[in-house]
Amino acid sequence: MALRPLAISTKPGISAAALVVVLIFAALAAVASRAEFSSGLGPADWAAIRFTIYQALLSALISTLLAIPVARALARRRFWGRSILVTLLGAPFILPVIVAVIGLLAVFGRAGWLNAGLSAVGLPNASIYGLHGVVLAHVFFNLPLATRLLLQAWHTIPSERFRLAAQLNLTPRAVFLGLEWPMLRQIVPGTAALIFVICLTSFAVALTLGGGPRATTIELAIYQAFQFDFDLSRAAVLSLVQLGLAGTAAILALWIIPLVSLGGGRDRPMQRWDARGGGQGVLDVCAIGIGAGFLMLPLIAVVWRGLLGLPTTPASVWQAAATSIGVALISVTLLLVLVLPLAGWIASARRGGIEGVGLFGLAASPLMIGTGWFILINPVADPFAFALPVTALVNALMALPFALRILVPPLRDTVQVYGRLSQTLALQGWPLWRWVILPRLRPQIGFAAGLTGALSMGDLGVIALFADPDRTTLPLQMYRLMGSYQMEAASGAALILLVLSLGIFWAFDKGGRWNADA
Amino acid sequence: MKYLTLAATTLLATSAYADTPELVVYTYDSFVSDWGPGPVIEKAFEETCACDLKFIGMGDGAALLARLKLEGARSDADLVLGLDTSLIAAAKETGLFAPTTVTADYDLPIAWTDDIFAPYDWGYFAFVHGTDLTPPTNFKALADSDLKIVIQDPRSSTPGLGLLMWVKAAYGDDAPAIWEGLADNVVTVTKGWSEAYGLFLEGEADMVLSYTTSPAYHLIAEEDATKTAAAFDEGHYMQIEVVGKLAGSDQPELADAFMQFMVSDAAQTALPTTNWMYPAVIPADGLPKGFETLITPEKALLIPNEDVPALRKEALAEWLSALSQ
Repeated sequence: MALRPLAISTKPGISAAALVVVLIFAALAAVASRAEFSSGLGPADWAAIRFTIYQALLSALISTLLAIPVARALARRRFWGRSILVTLLGAPFILPVIVAVIGLLAVFGRAGWLNAGLSAVGLPNASIYGLHGVVLAHVFFNLPLATRLLLQAWHTIPSERFRLAAQLNLTPRAVFLGLEWPMLRQIVPGTAALIFVICLTSFAVALTLGGGPRATTIELAIYQAFQFDFDLSRAAVLSLVQLGLAGTAAILALWIIPLVSLGGGRDRPMQRWDARGGGQGVLDVCAIGIGAGFLMLPLIAVVWRGLLGLPTTPASVWQAAATSIGVALISVTLLLVLVLPLAGWIASARRGGIEGVGLFGLAASPLMIGTGWFILINPVADPFAFALPVTALVNALMALPFALRILVPPLRDTVQVYGRLSQTLALQGWPLWRWVILPRLRPQIGFAAGLTGALSMGDLGVIALFADPDRTTLPLQMYRLMGSYQMEAASGAALILLVLSLGIFWAFDKGGRWNADA
Repeated sequence: MKYLTLAATTLLATSAYADTPELVVYTYDSFVSDWGPGPVIEKAFEETCACDLKFIGMGDGAALLARLKLEGARSDADLVLGLDTSLIAAAKETGLFAPTTVTADYDLPIAWTDDIFAPYDWGYFAFVHGTDLTPPTNFKALADSDLKIVIQDPRSSTPGLGLLMWVKAAYGDDAPAIWEGLADNVVTVTKGWSEAYGLFLEGEADMVLSYTTSPAYHLIAEEDATKTAAAFDEGHYMQIEVVGKLAGSDQPELADAFMQFMVSDAAQTALPTTNWMYPAVIPADGLPKGFETLITPEKALLIPNEDVPALRKEALAEWLSALSQ
């Protein structure tokens, strides 16, 4: 038996994996024990399942199709602000959903900018509630993701080919069919599949923009069974449906999902000689203008309204902000405790597939885990006392798959490059991590921690299930303000939440890169 | 010495704090809002009770009951204020409530005999709209119109549940057809009354499910006579809002005192112009000026409390399937 190139102990990794599996399966077992299948699924449940799939399909299709012209334009144009725009495409990852919703309401809501414009020219107003609202919000979040993925793919086409195309004086149509279409055919299905999976487990968007029974996702139906009827058996049945649906989709999509690079990406504008025609230029300007406007306007609205609303922000918001910071920090700690040993195990293992452990976090719905742990805790203790720890834990589990994707590749490189030397020096255990791995992975660890912190800070999911009236997180407090129609105060809270989410991401990311070797 | 003094004062402070009993009341959101009855009631009751009255808003009325089931006997609450006639049977089924000693000479449209819950105000559900609109005169006309309405979810909100019972009381087995007709009028279904009324005021819909007494708010508090309620010829469903004491309360006497206070003149005078409902006991000064402008339904509908749970299940299934299409 050949020696492994590096003596990273597998025990902590296996323990971490076991812990993740136990955390999720305990919840699943609890849920299954309470599910009464005799009651079956009512017509409303089927409607929720249909709506969940339908909106996810629409969101995936629209996001991906719209991303093609935007990515194409970004790939072949150089202009001032381009790199800022490309960086901004990463922002929706760390933007709290509820903040985006308040921004979208300001732009597309009944009293929003769009309808003000429509009224001015005498057109009927558009309503944001229901299917179109849900899809609109999903496209807002996923169009940038799709654009980024496609842009990466565009850069994989060697620029020499474009040069050749220009020399041959090929028409834009020929360039598209000859060079771009084959690339798109490879990348587009995976991109759409990824967005489809993400939208399947949508909760906060449906909670705020869904229009009653007609626009209810399965996650939202779980929440309603729990909060409205306290019908644990129905919540349990729906949780299993959700797990089956999202799990199957995630596993199927895994084969075609492209590797998500959340980092800076390969962002170099190409010298393009083939797209100089006037028509193509107008097309690109339109694509970039519409894409950027769609992304920027809601953000501008959040900042603008937030500044106006800040003075009316009640003390409860600041209290909730402090709670949220605490939850986010605990979440980051939990994530690092889980992800580092796991990544170490995966990177030194010669067999693939262990990464799948992290994917559990993606397929298992947060509300299912929350419901399960509520059922487990309830007979022995007050579940409301555990609201914040469970939230922090679920957030860490949610971030796990992303963190693994960030950490495993550089860790694998480190193992290859420093493995033999470390072994010669008999480095193992903590000294190995301390002297070899951690210094080299610092930027990625900082990035993963920042991402987790921001995700946790902005999460409105499990906390909505069992929150105390006195102790809430900032997103939930903001949702409550919106519910009691204190929009100004909610706008102020949105700005605070935005600043905190970006701030925690920035702090960890910067901390990781500061004075880093790599 | 210094330390002793400090310790003594701290001790005294804690015992003084412990001497002030805390009475926790779970209620719906609009009750505790700054413009709702909460602040007024809290101040008035605390003057008489030497206690700390704490209102906690928990969504709308029906969500309140689900929350209680969620917390079970572990709940910190001493009282629940804001359940209504549609929820009384379901609330009793939980076994979490204790009988009360409250007595009053009620001015309710029905005789009150319940031994667990005490009524504090009541009203008729109605669709509220701007006076610039010619309102439909019944559900069928509403369903045929293209008026946009906002309603509340019957699973979380008492007006939402009331509407379900209203349609059921008026149309019985034809209720599903009415809901199918209404489905395209519904802009959105909100979790509670506050959200729905907020959306209506913001112009998101032409009509909102509320009460015949809601226009009084605009008339009296805002001197705005442009809001009114549509009179429906099927009759209007009635809601009586109640307060109940939890069996697990650690302040049972105080809880009884609070319930008695809620039907006293002090509370009953405040409710019409803060909660915008009819008082359960007409105060000495009578109804506030402006209430005489409100519409009075020709026919009042109310399904007996004990029949509601079975009907609710059936009606909810009909509602869900009509609105989820």
